[in-house]
Amino acid sequence: MRSADRPLSPHLQIYRWQLTSVLSILHRATGVALSAGAILLVWWLVAAASGPEAYEGVEDFLGSWLGLLLLFGWTASLFYHLCNGIRHLVWDTGHALDLKSTYTGGWVVVAATGVLTLVAWVAGISRWFS
Amino acid sequence: MRSPLGRAIGLGSAKEGVEHWWAQRVTAIALVPLSIWFVISVIGFVGADLETVQDWVSRPLPAILLVLLLIASFYHMSLGLQVVIEDYVHTELVKLGLVIVVRLFCFAVAVAGIFAVLSMALGTTS
Repeated sequence: MRSADRPLSPHLQIYRWQLTSVLSILHRATGVALSAGAILLVWWLVAAASGPEAYEGVEDFLGSWLGLLLLFGWTASLFYHLCNGIRHLVWDTGHALDLKSTYTGGWVVVAATGVLTLVAWVAGISRWFS
Repeated sequence: MRSPLGRAIGLGSAKEGVEHWWAQRVTAIALVPLSIWFVISVIGFVGADLETVQDWVSRPLPAILLVLLLIASFYHMSLGLQVVIEDYVHTELVKLGLVIVVRLFCFAVAVAGIFAVLSMALGTTS
């Protein structure tokens, strides 16, 4: 069979949205977002090593609305990628691969991401005002 | 479908073995404790001044853990971004170019981060 005649899987928009596929693409999206966050981390470290002026620049950016929004997105992405990454590592051992477990695990990951992000920000904000 | 020889050699159309997959899992496992430690530490720095951050980074344990965090993150990041590129970019030359650029970029930024940590830890900060 010529490669052009081979059957292709249907386009993505034909499928109904479901938890498992949404979480799958979210894992990739948060991974890409965290890549940007990792660059931010290095910027922070390099600025801290460079001295007060450079550090002030990072502080100003992170303290701005855009900076805080990015930090919040970065925190949520990190906790999601962390929790779902553990879910992936469990799958790698050959466990919890049946349909029911993938859904249970998926909801656990969503709940854990929400709780951890909330706890981190409540802790951070309470520290700011203390 | 595959010949016994093809199966024994174990290299499919990807032309590689399990090294990529394996490295991604090992760095993932390393990043579980490292990233949790980092987030908890950073929350402690909300509102802190530069001297506090520099003092912290220059202590041995945080310095070592930060370097490990940087190595594991950027290795994991370069492996992950490579897969994303390989999945979505279908022009061979562009794909190859992007994978190389990402690899070099990750390496360079990781080195910058490690250098920053070491310069604070070893007291060469201006």
